[in-house]
Amino acid sequence: MSPIPIDAAALLTGLRCILPEILVVATAIFVLFVDLMIPEENKRILCGISLIGVVISLFSVFLLGPARISGFSGAVVHDGLGAFFEIVILAACALTLLMATGYSEWEGTHKGEFYSLLLLSTSGMMFMAKGTDLMTVFLGLETLSIPIYVLVGFHRHRMSSIEGALKYFLLGAFASGFFLYGVALMYAATGTTKIPALAAMLLDARLAANPVFLAGVGLLLVGLAFKVSLVPFHMWTPDAYEGAPTVVTAFMSAAVKAAAFAALIRVLLLTFGGLQPVMWKVLWALSVLTMTVGNLSALLQDNVKRMLAYSSIAHAGYVLVGLVSGDFLGGQAALFYLLVYAFMNIGAFGVVILIAQKEDEGYDIRNLAGIGFKYPALGAFLTLFLVSLGGIPPTAGFVGKFYLFSAAVKNGYIWLAVLGVLNSAASIYYYLRLVVYMYMVPAEGEMPVPRPSRLAFSAALFASGAAVLLLGIFPGSALDLAARSVLSLLM
Amino acid sequence: MVGGILDYLWLVPALPLLGVVLNGAIALFSERPLLLAEAGHEEAGHGHGDARGGDEAPAPYRKLVALIGPGVVGAAFAVSLLCVLQLAARAPQDRLFVQVLFPWIQAGGFTGSAALQLDPLSAVMILVVTGVGFLIHVYSVGYMSHEKAFARYFVYLNLFTFAMLTLVLGSNYLVMFVGWEGVGLCSYLLIGYWYEKQSASDAGKKAFIVNRIGDFGFILGVFLLFWTFGSVDYTEVFARIPALSGNGTLTTEIATAITLLLFVGAVGKSAQIPLYVWLPDAMEGPTPVSALIHAATMVTAGVYMVARSSALYMLAPVSMGAVAAVGAVTAIFSATIGITQNDIKRVLAYSTVSQLGYMFLACGVGAFTAGIFHLMTHAFFKALLFLASGSVIHALSGQQDMRKMGSLKKHLPITFPTMFIATLAIAGIPGLSGFFSKDEILWKSFSSEHGHLALWAIGTLAAGVTAFYMFRLVFMTFYGESRMEPAVEKHVHESPWSMTVPLMLLAVFSVIGGWVGVPEVLGGHNYFEEWMAPVFGHGAAHEAAHHPAALELALMAGSVLVALCGIALAYYLYRVRTKKPEEIAEKVPGLYDVVLNKYYVDEIYDIVIVRKVVNGSIWLWNAFDAAFIDGIVNGIAAVVRGAGDGVRRLQTGVVGNYAFSLLLGAVLVVGYILLR
Repeated sequence: MSPIPIDAAALLTGLRCILPEILVVATAIFVLFVDLMIPEENKRILCGISLIGVVISLFSVFLLGPARISGFSGAVVHDGLGAFFEIVILAACALTLLMATGYSEWEGTHKGEFYSLLLLSTSGMMFMAKGTDLMTVFLGLETLSIPIYVLVGFHRHRMSSIEGALKYFLLGAFASGFFLYGVALMYAATGTTKIPALAAMLLDARLAANPVFLAGVGLLLVGLAFKVSLVPFHMWTPDAYEGAPTVVTAFMSAAVKAAAFAALIRVLLLTFGGLQPVMWKVLWALSVLTMTVGNLSALLQDNVKRMLAYSSIAHAGYVLVGLVSGDFLGGQAALFYLLVYAFMNIGAFGVVILIAQKEDEGYDIRNLAGIGFKYPALGAFLTLFLVSLGGIPPTAGFVGKFYLFSAAVKNGYIWLAVLGVLNSAASIYYYLRLVVYMYMVPAEGEMPVPRPSRLAFSAALFASGAAVLLLGIFPGSALDLAARSVLSLLM
Repeated sequence: MVGGILDYLWLVPALPLLGVVLNGAIALFSERPLLLAEAGHEEAGHGHGDARGGDEAPAPYRKLVALIGPGVVGAAFAVSLLCVLQLAARAPQDRLFVQVLFPWIQAGGFTGSAALQLDPLSAVMILVVTGVGFLIHVYSVGYMSHEKAFARYFVYLNLFTFAMLTLVLGSNYLVMFVGWEGVGLCSYLLIGYWYEKQSASDAGKKAFIVNRIGDFGFILGVFLLFWTFGSVDYTEVFARIPALSGNGTLTTEIATAITLLLFVGAVGKSAQIPLYVWLPDAMEGPTPVSALIHAATMVTAGVYMVARSSALYMLAPVSMGAVAAVGAVTAIFSATIGITQNDIKRVLAYSTVSQLGYMFLACGVGAFTAGIFHLMTHAFFKALLFLASGSVIHALSGQQDMRKMGSLKKHLPITFPTMFIATLAIAGIPGLSGFFSKDEILWKSFSSEHGHLALWAIGTLAAGVTAFYMFRLVFMTFYGESRMEPAVEKHVHESPWSMTVPLMLLAVFSVIGGWVGVPEVLGGHNYFEEWMAPVFGHGAAHEAAHHPAALELALMAGSVLVALCGIALAYYLYRVRTKKPEEIAEKVPGLYDVVLNKYYVDEIYDIVIVRKVVNGSIWLWNAFDAAFIDGIVNGIAAVVRGAGDGVRRLQTGVVGNYAFSLLLGAVLVVGYILLR
């Protein structure tokens, strides 16, 4: 038997297609090696190396440009959509690393494995965003999840951290099962796991009525819904978010969500014609349920970290508003919102890390009392991020929500927009509650002293703040990019 | 296009913003270290209140703040005046100037620009905002001189002015919304300025929450508008009305929906029934803030918005009726509450709610010009009333209860006459500004095709009540015997020049402000209506021809007579038979208590809405996070409450319940898709 000939040209194209991912994985491995060689007190170098790797990878994304490169027999693709999400994920990762410089010192996470796990998880997310084969998406999903489970439980001496990790892991395994089973059913019905091929086959109306296929679609949706924490698949979120080291929480809330939404958007938009009539009511209900339960639960939290966890659930609901119609406008709005959300949420978590001096204890809302006047920079940053999360102009959060809801209105889902606006009006209450504490509640007794910010940490906050304002006042180019990215799917 | 001075229109909002930046820097680098140092060796929970005493030597940075804060607003007023003069030099039909600053939101064929629009309507608004705003800034320098956080106060006040100018100058609904949210935020910050006072921060929160309800309606209205017209620019929207009505896209129902939703926003912002409850509580803020935000400018934003959207409202008779009815009912309802209040600022607060009702009544009967006219004159005399009451409070070292005032006339030789003039103006005494604008509204509410005799009657009755409670205020405060506490009485003094000069200037405007709109029937010329004609058209002008001049004069005389009756009654009860009010209160205790307690509206809201929402969300949270799933799996008895330490929660099967929720969700999703 003669060996299978290697198509060198195709291999090269494939490698070029996944160049950003290769760079991230290589950095992760390099970090592990360096970790073995440097003494304990120099571990902060690892964070720098990781950051450099992420920046180079980000650079390579721009280098590849928006042109479509398909690799490995159509298993992955570098296109506008993939590139857009790579930017979001890598930016989130870079901000997390910047904040980790300080955090790791305070909380003792300056460990080689912390950074390499973070990077490996990032690579999984990028694969998920670029996968055009459901198997690639699944591999990406697992590559992102397993390091995240470990990272959530990284504070292995803290009960809450372990508890969150274990719950996330057990349920995550369960959800992965749903996803895989869904793919299997779809394969059984069609003989393929490639998303474009599935989309093409869906032109035949009989497939859209095939119960095996439909059950598969439903299970696939459940698997992804778990990762973006849509209600009722959200139960793990507050525990995992509360227990995880806060930098990891910030990272998860922005990047994991973006990656899972990337896959969802790719599937939904490509199969729009065939599946939208089947799916829109489910998506509609999930969206309303997620927004409402997320916001109402957040209203009652006195723990800031848990409150932001519920808020992130609600935000997944907002993004889903854009996907109910499954059309171009909604897709554009969802992409833009995920970008904005990454900055404002990571920024908010960042300030909270500084204010709460200690994991587990520092997140009570009463700790914020009087912070606003005593530490005006922290107060101003947190207010900015919260105002943006609440969707008040002139921040990016407002523009993002405006696009999501006006896309819904334009496509005739008036009630969805009404419920969305109502939800976002209610959400302002709990965001502004923090502002009230910072500026209008005098501190009882000793006011906690925030951690002294590091240069890198400040840079992360400053970058997020600038992004929130710039995307709010001059959103044009980012919106154009989002539009081109969605359009690239249809080419 | 060369616009001359108009090219500098952007300076109008930019100047107050500059003030924010400069004062912000001072607040951050000069004032904060001082405050922190003081907080270090001073007791927490130190009493704060309106105009506390204190005589430390002022820090040098305060002079700079006192210069910058009012200075930037004064400069903005100067630029506004020049721009408006330039605009007035154009032919009436060309009086529209749009300055695009930068494109903001663009998608497909839709553009939302950050752009300013100067036309007769926004011209009046910016003159009022910067003019009255400037006087109030000057007044604040004196009034707040004892406050520690002096620079911070001016940061907020300048920021408010910037937001308000954005609101009125924006050329589309999105920019208006930016300003709309901005003024709300500043109002919230300023109400809670004395945040150490629990009532102040509660009032701030209440204002914010009630305004959310209004904003919800407003933004939905904008969405619907955008969906219908494909644009949010004023000029484009109004230009497309004929075409879209013609082809059936813009039905009466849609116009009604849009305008009613927008009106919900106006009701929240302008404190109308049923969302007025936040405004009286907002009096917890410093008095100049009450004058600027809660009387002269922000609360009139709703009126401005309705007037701005007049072309849409004219398409929706139902909305017009709603606006008129809400306005009229609010006018009389809150006027009656004003009768029983004893806190001088609360009387004025209910009076503001009532006067805003008049403005909506005007809009609702199609007399948008009259509404804006009253908005302007009201800005003069109500700002004056608040500032004068602030001067009284200042003189009495923070006392706001009118039962502990009296005989202040001789002590306050400037405050008294200016406040008296404002009282005459609001009571509608002929010749003063309030007379012309209020009378215009009452006449239009009778004569306009949207008008009704009942609306006129309610408005006239409310005018009588207004005259009564205002003179009650004046008699209780300035006349009679002194009921002041002896310690307070010793220190009574007239306020410094920085406070009395704004009072005198506002008094002048309270008198002459109405002379630009003297009705024809009195041999005058309504310049104001002529100025506004390019925006609102001569809509109501020709209808007046249907009614004889004698009728107009008779109604005018009637309303003056009603006002005089109100004054006479106040004189009788509070000057002649001073025991009578208590006797009346004792004779009808039930009614008096109901009105004194503001018809128990706050309590009703608390029971009917607030508690339900709170309980509802607790229930929902429990339902999803604990009870619902647990209930199915383990039976209600096994519900884990209180969530102890992690291990226990794991062992009691919470993870199992989470998994069950996941499974249940999956079954529902897949089940629905299959059985659809």
